[in-house]
Amino acid sequence: MATTNSRTLARFMLLPSVTLLLAWMIVPLCMTLYFSFIDYNLLVPGDKEFVGFLNYEFFLTDPAFFESFFNTLYLVTGVLLITICGGIGLAILLDQAIWGRNYVRIMVLAPFFVMPTVSALVWKNMLMNPVNGLFAHFAIWLGFEPIDFFAQMPLFSIIIIVSWQWLPFAALILLTAIQSLDREQLEAADLDGAGPFSKFFYIVLPHLSRAVTAVILIETIFLLSIFAEILVTTSGGPGYSSTNITYLIYTQSLLQFDVGGGSAGGIVAVIIANIVAIFLMRLIGKNLEG
Amino acid sequence: MSIKNNTRSTLIYTIAAWTVSSMIFFPILWTLITSFKTESEAISATPTLFAFEWTLINYSDVLSRSPYFTHFWNSIVISLGSSLLGLLIAVPAAWSMAFVQSKKTKNLLMWMLSTKMLPPVGVLIPIYLLFRDFGLLDTKLGLVIVMTLINLPIMIWMLYTYFREIPGEILEASRMDGATIGEEIFHVLLPIALPGIASTLLLNVILAWNEAFWTLILTAANAAPLTAFIASYSSPEGLFYAKLSAASAMAIVPILILGWFSQKQLVRGLSFGAVK
Repeated sequence: MATTNSRTLARFMLLPSVTLLLAWMIVPLCMTLYFSFIDYNLLVPGDKEFVGFLNYEFFLTDPAFFESFFNTLYLVTGVLLITICGGIGLAILLDQAIWGRNYVRIMVLAPFFVMPTVSALVWKNMLMNPVNGLFAHFAIWLGFEPIDFFAQMPLFSIIIIVSWQWLPFAALILLTAIQSLDREQLEAADLDGAGPFSKFFYIVLPHLSRAVTAVILIETIFLLSIFAEILVTTSGGPGYSSTNITYLIYTQSLLQFDVGGGSAGGIVAVIIANIVAIFLMRLIGKNLEG
Repeated sequence: MSIKNNTRSTLIYTIAAWTVSSMIFFPILWTLITSFKTESEAISATPTLFAFEWTLINYSDVLSRSPYFTHFWNSIVISLGSSLLGLLIAVPAAWSMAFVQSKKTKNLLMWMLSTKMLPPVGVLIPIYLLFRDFGLLDTKLGLVIVMTLINLPIMIWMLYTYFREIPGEILEASRMDGATIGEEIFHVLLPIALPGIASTLLLNVILAWNEAFWTLILTAANAAPLTAFIASYSSPEGLFYAKLSAASAMAIVPILILGWFSQKQLVRGLSFGAVK
């Protein structure tokens, strides 16, 4: 039984967090919203007039926006496909009785703890470089022409790097989910003569559906904001071919100093992320009750 | 028959698991190995795994020719500083939500988590301009503040889940014995909650150490942590693979070790409770 005294204290203890998060969310977001309606370039001082939806019009009709919108879409779906499929496979494999399971787990998990700039540079230079990279050496050894990854398929190369970083996360979450599977169900299926495929599609996959949804939503939130991997590998190029929305807004805001246009882009990004967030929040809400 | 069968399937699964996991781990292993090679060996057309002359020259080069320690120190200050500051703010909030529940608790918690879903580009310009006006650009203090705020929802969430596991009867018993709120927190709650608090700290140090949006945007030469320093290797001159590997190895090995201790917390912290 909480007394009135402890209720007051509890409110008081919540105050710093709530204030800080509220300030962090509201103040800059309102500023972005305000900037998105004015003509404001850091290189042109003094000139700040209200322009209505002009910044949005420019941002949304810019061919670069279309290209980076689809790049974002490809990046997110590509990484999701690889990490979910690979993650399910890994989770099933790690759930088996295998020798040295702990070492296997450690190796699978490791990429998640490598900082994005390191993973991007290691992949770009030491593995994917068309002259000195390991893949090139390997291709020549097999008698093939080495692939110039970042010139020929910049976005796909980034998808591979990001998938490598996020595969451990998907595998770990899905493994946690698989371990809560009722073993008796599988044994019963065995007795009924179910093969491995029907066991997978009728028992394992349905059991994993909630975890898969969670991984998709959580990864999407983070994948929409991929930035460092693009900055250190392609800088969004060639042209806009590996620019995502986050990177486009960065170039508009901090390289072209177009505060108005960058802010309009920022609001667009917030709206896109919110659509995903709504579904994620529903899922979390359901679990908090149950 | 069945035992034999089991051993055989175990063997097949073991081989498959080791093959796949070695492939996943390979880029890290390769980085570690390359860091001990000479630059000419690092780009050799016939790459070797172990049969080369091991050298420490890259480590001494990186350490002596670049301000590596400055950036390493920056990483420590920023990740540890923001995590400790975050704990200071998050522990009371999580405590109050876990033990003094009201109808609003669930919504409040959900709202806090939702702030984590705000894309950084949505607040990029205001933060940049505010930092410029307050002289916080390229300062460790500035990054500690940002890092605390972006990780605060995860900290509160993790601590909340840990605190919820503490049976309320223990607190009631201590109250019966006439403990004040202060005694309740420091003598009863903290000792039980310490493992959870430590785990939260650990995961947040890792997340802050690897954060690579704000660190790249808000820092230059002075306050750049290792994420931003390593990024400067993206425009190199001349031969550099071995040095890149040495610099990378020193940046990732400490956190890899911490990471292996935090597997469980990872699920708890980053799944936002959407997976049980």
